[in-house]
Amino acid sequence: MRVNPRVATNLTFLFLFAVALPVGNLLGLVSINTISVWGRYFCFAIAAMGIDLIWGYTGIMSMCQAFFFCLGGYAMGMHLLLKATALQGKLLPDFMTWNSFTALPAFWKPFQHFFPALLLSLLVPAVVAGIIGYFIFRSRIKGVYMAIITQAFALGMYLLFLRNETRLGGTNGLTDFRTLLGFDLSASSTKLGLYWVSLGLLSLLYLACSKLVRSKFGKVLQAIRDSEFRVGYTAYRVLNYKLAIFIISALLCGLAGMLYTPQTGIITPGRMDVTASVEMLMWVALGGRGKLRGAIIGALLVNCLYSVTTSLFPQGWLFILGFLYVLTVLYFDKGFLGLFEKLGKKMRLS
Amino acid sequence: MRFKNIIGVVAMALTLGACNNAGDKTATAAGGADSNTVKIGVLHSLSGTMAISEVSLRDAVQMAVDEINASGGVLGRQIEPVIVDPASNWDLFAEKAKELLIDKKVSAVFGCWTSVSRKSVLPVFEQNNGLLFYPVQYEGEESSKNIVYSGAVPNQQLIPAADYLMSPEGGGYKRFYLLGTDYVFPRTANKILKAYLLSKGIPAENIIEEYTPFHHQDYQTIVSKIKKFAVGGKSCVLSTINGDSNIPFYKEFANQGLTAVTCPIMAFSVAEDELRAMDTEFLVGHLAAWNYYQSIDLPENKKFAAAFKAYCVKKNLPGADKRVTDDPICWAYTDVYLWANAAKKAGSFDVAKVREALLGLSFDSPAGEVKMDPKINHLAKYAMIGEIKPDGQFNVIWKSKGLIDPQPFFALTDSVKAK
Amino acid sequence: MEQMQNLFSGISLGSILILISLGLSIVYGLAGIINMAHGEFLMIGGYTTYCMEGLFANTFHVHNGNLFFLAALPVSFVVAGTAGLLLERLVIRRLYAKPLESLLATWGISLILIQLARTIFGDLTAVKTPPMLSGGWQVAPDLVLPYSRLFIIGLTIVTVCLLYGCLFKTRLGIQIRAVTQNRSMSACLGINTRRVDAATFFIGSGLAGLAGCAMTLIGNVVPDMGQTYIVDSFLVVVSGGVGKLAGTILAGLGIGMISKVLEAFFEAVYGKVLILLLMMIFLQFKPRGLFPDKGRVAED
Repeated sequence: MRVNPRVATNLTFLFLFAVALPVGNLLGLVSINTISVWGRYFCFAIAAMGIDLIWGYTGIMSMCQAFFFCLGGYAMGMHLLLKATALQGKLLPDFMTWNSFTALPAFWKPFQHFFPALLLSLLVPAVVAGIIGYFIFRSRIKGVYMAIITQAFALGMYLLFLRNETRLGGTNGLTDFRTLLGFDLSASSTKLGLYWVSLGLLSLLYLACSKLVRSKFGKVLQAIRDSEFRVGYTAYRVLNYKLAIFIISALLCGLAGMLYTPQTGIITPGRMDVTASVEMLMWVALGGRGKLRGAIIGALLVNCLYSVTTSLFPQGWLFILGFLYVLTVLYFDKGFLGLFEKLGKKMRLS
Repeated sequence: MRFKNIIGVVAMALTLGACNNAGDKTATAAGGADSNTVKIGVLHSLSGTMAISEVSLRDAVQMAVDEINASGGVLGRQIEPVIVDPASNWDLFAEKAKELLIDKKVSAVFGCWTSVSRKSVLPVFEQNNGLLFYPVQYEGEESSKNIVYSGAVPNQQLIPAADYLMSPEGGGYKRFYLLGTDYVFPRTANKILKAYLLSKGIPAENIIEEYTPFHHQDYQTIVSKIKKFAVGGKSCVLSTINGDSNIPFYKEFANQGLTAVTCPIMAFSVAEDELRAMDTEFLVGHLAAWNYYQSIDLPENKKFAAAFKAYCVKKNLPGADKRVTDDPICWAYTDVYLWANAAKKAGSFDVAKVREALLGLSFDSPAGEVKMDPKINHLAKYAMIGEIKPDGQFNVIWKSKGLIDPQPFFALTDSVKAK
Repeated sequence: MEQMQNLFSGISLGSILILISLGLSIVYGLAGIINMAHGEFLMIGGYTTYCMEGLFANTFHVHNGNLFFLAALPVSFVVAGTAGLLLERLVIRRLYAKPLESLLATWGISLILIQLARTIFGDLTAVKTPPMLSGGWQVAPDLVLPYSRLFIIGLTIVTVCLLYGCLFKTRLGIQIRAVTQNRSMSACLGINTRRVDAATFFIGSGLAGLAGCAMTLIGNVVPDMGQTYIVDSFLVVVSGGVGKLAGTILAGLGIGMISKVLEAFFEAVYGKVLILLLMMIFLQFKPRGLFPDKGRVAED
């Protein structure tokens, strides 16, 4: 039976992560920490897919995707914190008490229950993206200008979130989470569960995004990437398409952030600064822009490398990462995926 | 299957294996110790924005470990430090902490600098019953049984400084400009200072509070505001400015004509290590409040300072013989000894036993005698005010009469809130 | 009096921004390269000054604090320019007119440079202010204008004049302007565009190095000193109109003054947020900056 090689790879990937790793954990070969770490990487992969959709397929380079990631993360963080506070029998989260707040600020109230928190963690990034995107795309700002504006926006938001007045924990962010939907976050079973949920969502969203980019909508996006000017002369309203994909991307990032917070245990403004945004772009660039699998591989690989090198080469990892970026951009236009393909072609020809 | 797919799968499997090598290191006995060594974790940023400060702490810990190992180790075992780099990334702090505690099974961890990093790892230590030794001054309002706080809490650093400035010996200052970088330590510090000053009868209009963002370089406006404020006489600045913003601030201060005589700056985040990089001619006469100075005249300290310099030269660290010791370096060094002594006293590396042995333990640190509080994991120590000398060292001009007991939860702010 | 002080602060900040952004603007205008490592050339200039200080003090045994600084100015220019040239030969060559890729590649370079500086110099260094530049000019009892800032303003004016002179009066300048306007046509007319690119990069990076040398007067020399001003300089370049000197100058001054005004009224942090917001709104109305390219521009 001829198996579609692509499907075979996808299934192997799924098998490795959905079955082999957890079984390893049960057998004591793989620590629960590794499982948790991979769960976080999957969240990054989801965000990377979102970035690939706007950058790889539509040609929009946005440097504020980390901010949308954090919006989702903060939404979930607020919910988790409120639940933990209630569990400890306190009225207000600690940081509010120290800042002499006497009552829960109004905008915190909806986060006391899971479903509103879930909804808001998806809605808020989408709405913000909609507003920002509308103004930016309406003025036909693109390319480098867009990158710089979104960079300024991300910086501004970062500075705002650092303030105590914003009532989001300031520089310390939100931390000290205990339970999610009644499951104890420190239990191995919860960690495993979150890992599976992340993996599951990654797979589902990958399928959904694949369908999206193969559809007519996806084709228009790629046309915009190749020549926005000309698409503008056709019947397709470029603004609508760009706005739509920008919002979808923000949704993906927000979703990723939402899953990320329970697995990391803390959400801080540090996750939304300019460096974080550029890093996200680098994942996609390294993995292979314009291919969803590339984005996923890039995110997983770079973060894995990051974790490993900071443990093994504390002094030198920045060099390694820097060189990797430069080499990729110069020689591996299509990222690792492109590299594999080139090697594959060479092997087949020889 | 296509070649690229095979490669892809192989790559995935390899990375899986690589990422898991940490977990694969089989821990033999409990407590991360095999028969010859005991592992400790070092969790300091070696790159990124915090590397400036934290690299010296790693060096101090390493030096203490080398010293203890040279004199026989702890309970017959040599200490093996496991050094990781959380790269000033707060999420990575939590991840590395988990790696140290769960995968590498270390007996104790020495690390963190910023409150964010500590807050990020706190749940990890509490959930995995680990022990973190935290050597940096912080804002209090915390007291976990899994963290040993050897840095100063506000009542051991800020309050004595405020007292000194208000006293006739210190200059009898009546107007205070509270300037800090915008994050939790200065915010809480200023909250406490303001409450304390108000309680001592300083009128509210004589206290101004202002914040600048991290890495702020342009202090022109702020210094001119301070100038205007200082016109009233008997004014001083209480500065919690952090990191590389200090140099532009002090430079601008001097350039606009303000001096330590007209308006002294009492800094809470400027120590010998920061002064090493500054042009001290602007700074002579300004003050700082710490619990340790390199210039303290004690034999323990002279030995320590000399040993640290020699260590830096031997290991070819940047700065070599111009390296200095300061408050956090002293406590990072002391922490290792505290842990070692507690383990010796308890006869085991088990966290609960070590913690119990720590309570009430006293030690002759380079700062003089210090004592662990009998109930909470904090150190009681002397408070000292230092005046900056042209060579970048401090002249200790005031020392508290006795050891100051740590009070991480400062009652005064509660009472002020209630008003 | 306070207004005068604020005015001066605004001009001072503006002059710093102009000095830093000039090089960036030229390089982007000419080559379509966004150089995220520009801040690192600033850092290279700063460290060159530090090394010069050490050199003069230890090797030449000249203890006049002024000489090393005066010598450091041209040396920083040359060193940073050379570093830029190297970067251009090795990396940027392949990235012309691919602005987004150049952004990422130069980001990688900046990581490498920062870590290199950290490894060689450690994290904390500073340069002694030359005695002739310390203190200030007491104009009025309340108004002290620091000499170091006056010097920087002066340096900026001189640099701008020199740059104008170079671009409008020399042969190289005309070639640079030609290649900026229409690369293919210039090549047809016999201009060696590769050489012009290299020269421009040299000048642009050299300007950054010069700015770095000037920065040591008012700040410190740390591996990430370039990062502090890089976002601001991008905003200056973008709002001034890419590749336009007049635009850069106006935008730099404008942003400097507005920043200071906002800082005086609100706190420093809010001031920064507001200026970023204002920039975003400004770019809504003038998406191509103050002085956009006139005429029809085919984008692909």
